Amino acid sequence: MSDQKMTEEPSYLEHKGKYKGILSWILSTDHKRIGILYLYSILAFFAIGASIGLLMKFELIAPGKTIMTAQTYNAFFTLHGIVMIFAVVIPGLPAVFGNFMLPLMIGAKDVAFPRLNLLSWYFYVTGVLLVVISQFLGGSAPDTGWTFYAPYSFRTAGNMLPAVFGAFVLGFSSILTGLNFLVTIHRLRAPGMTWLKMPLFPWTLYATGWVQLLATPIIGITLLMIVAERVFHIGFFDPTLGGDPILYQHLFWTYSHPAVYIMILPAMGAISEIIPTFSHKTVFGYRFIVGSSLAIAFVGYFVWGHHMFTSGMSSVALYVFSLLTFLVAIPSAVKVFNWISTMHKGSIDLQTPLYWAVAFIFVFMIGGFSGLVLGSLAADIHLHNTHFVVAHFHFIVFGGTGYAFFGAMHYWYPKITGKMYDSRWANIGLLLFFVGFTTLYGMMFYLGFKGMPRRYYDYDEMFHFANIISTMGSWIMYSGLAIIIINLFASLKSGTKAPADPWGGKTLEWTIPSPPPAENFEEIPIVTKGPYNYK
Amino acid sequence: MENENNHIIPYKTFLLILSGLIVLTLISVTLTQISLGALTVAIALLIAVIKSTYVLRYFMHLKFENRFFTFATVGVIILLAAVLIITLLDYLTR
Amino acid sequence: MSAIETHQDDLTSKFGMWLFLYTEMLLFGGLFIVYSVYRYRNAAAFHLASEELSVAVGTVNTIILLISSTTIAMSITAIRKHNKKLALILLCSTILLGLAFLVNKYFEWGEHLREHIYPGSNILALRGHGDVLFYGLYYFMTGLHALHIIVGLVFIVIVTVSVAKAKINADNFVLLENGGLYWHLVDLIWIFLFPLFYLIT
Repeated sequence: MSDQKMTEEPSYLEHKGKYKGILSWILSTDHKRIGILYLYSILAFFAIGASIGLLMKFELIAPGKTIMTAQTYNAFFTLHGIVMIFAVVIPGLPAVFGNFMLPLMIGAKDVAFPRLNLLSWYFYVTGVLLVVISQFLGGSAPDTGWTFYAPYSFRTAGNMLPAVFGAFVLGFSSILTGLNFLVTIHRLRAPGMTWLKMPLFPWTLYATGWVQLLATPIIGITLLMIVAERVFHIGFFDPTLGGDPILYQHLFWTYSHPAVYIMILPAMGAISEIIPTFSHKTVFGYRFIVGSSLAIAFVGYFVWGHHMFTSGMSSVALYVFSLLTFLVAIPSAVKVFNWISTMHKGSIDLQTPLYWAVAFIFVFMIGGFSGLVLGSLAADIHLHNTHFVVAHFHFIVFGGTGYAFFGAMHYWYPKITGKMYDSRWANIGLLLFFVGFTTLYGMMFYLGFKGMPRRYYDYDEMFHFANIISTMGSWIMYSGLAIIIINLFASLKSGTKAPADPWGGKTLEWTIPSPPPAENFEEIPIVTKGPYNYK
Repeated sequence: MENENNHIIPYKTFLLILSGLIVLTLISVTLTQISLGALTVAIALLIAVIKSTYVLRYFMHLKFENRFFTFATVGVIILLAAVLIITLLDYLTR
Repeated sequence: MSAIETHQDDLTSKFGMWLFLYTEMLLFGGLFIVYSVYRYRNAAAFHLASEELSVAVGTVNTIILLISSTTIAMSITAIRKHNKKLALILLCSTILLGLAFLVNKYFEWGEHLREHIYPGSNILALRGHGDVLFYGLYYFMTGLHALHIIVGLVFIVIVTVSVAKAKINADNFVLLENGGLYWHLVDLIWIFLFPLFYLIT
């Protein structure tokens, strides 16, 4: 279990390398330090995106103008989307936990291309800075929504170029991370770790890597075309010049749908690590989880049209996309059965990460079912562009990726920091967060069903009461968030020292000290058994 | 992934393939000058595919590398083709 | 470093390059999708516009790139046979051929620009939607391709210098292979651009 070798090696946090101070962090090619760099950057941008969300909900507490004009509201939901999607949930789990944990979990000293890894972070920072700049230059802040739909995106006076270019640069970060992980998994697994002995989080990072690699270039070229429209009036999406705005949507969603699998696959991978550990039982149906992860990545390429049901596509396209959308739900559902079966008759250890995992299953299922509702053509005609859609994607993305992120954060906190967090405050925070979350977004299902449009700063009086409840939900949720995050920071100072394996985990990261030494393993382990081999 | 590739491709092979590629190029130019209607583009693209196959297999060494690379390359091309076809499906049936 | 370890690293490096090539295929793939859609919707206009391009120049450029792919592929054989001089000659030939391609492109574009056929021009807009889209795609795709040629040439210059300094040699040539792979991709893209713009008359 815990291989406590008497090692004098300092941890990666204390390691003395070529540089000192802040330089030893921002010039480090150590995957663990890069993971921490991403963690703090992503946290910072999550705070920005969340604050904007809070203000948006406050605007919506009453019809008419509450605290901002319509133009400001448009700029806010645009920035909220760009930050949350491109700077938080897409990098999210891969950049933080993939970077930190992948080499540890496969028994490697680092990723395949450590310098490329650091470059990926530089691209990330550059990309987000460009997006921030777009808020403050001449013109006005971008107001197209994060989806940059043509023709408005090349006609609006907003500062689209830095925002679009920022997203483009962020795409590079994503591609390079995926590339790095794919090569790492292929080439750097410890001796004896065959593909089917590899733990599930690395498997999902593998599936995700292919999506990052093969889908992101499509949005890259599409964003370049938007730039060409704005600067050169090239005409690709301009109806007055012969272009088709729907083609923009096709190209945009050909990436942005697989993008949601970039968000959710590593999340499912993290959940697949947490559940066996706190059930003290091996994963039920390991091969099905592997297979369904790959199936999701593959089928996920072919469903993008379900974002475009009301756009003007042909009827044939509508039927095909709706059918494929129902198909892709199957492998996702398979996983839920696997997780629950893993817990069944397990020896359950009620800890914070498990609470997050169970909460994840709950909100993910609600998000998933609501996706099926939207995938049904007739229902979608009524629900498209209403708050029902907003509820759906917050349940499945914030609920999915977000909960898994917090679960992973608490699960691997001892390994990363060498400290234990205060579990009482962690659980209180979780409870508050969960109650607030379900209130905030649950009300939106009702509102959307009743017809309240999304991306409007005003609404009919009939929606008022439900909006009040929803906004109050946001306050509860943010209090929960604040407690969770403050607890994580406070525990850095006051937490008890963590052993190598506080949870009784069976994967390789738990065989080395907490926090790990700079080189990870004194000797590369030789693997003989599969993961999760509980008795 | 262990494929020790000791095989050095002789200069002659490359030059032979080059001649083939140039011939194919000239054929495609000649054929497309004749008006064959819709077939024109199909032929031009078919020849392009044949040329690409030689570039991929010999110049880019796929024939001698681990099978995985061929598999992945073909997979990527199929993916692209699938996305293209599905997108065109919308336009063809409007 | 032992021979086994070097070999492992080489395979890792080559794998990384192939994955990068896949991203480039998808990048241009998006443009081929745009091309396909607009060609379908403006077939006649695309046919007519294609006639304004010089098949002769296009063919010459195609052959230039094919030869340059051959020279860089042969340079790998040369380096592996310890023939550094031949490798350098072949690499320099590749660079010159690449530059020749760019010069041809420059003159080709120049002609169109002189006639005020470029994205955003009124003259082009007056000619109709089909022409606007054809030339929009022409400039964008061949322009992006030319950008990749420039990047490829920079890569090959770096490789050539390394060969001259013997840092790339018969035992350590993965950088040359990777440079070759990138250059072949640029050639592959042109193999498809050529018929789609010049031969659809």
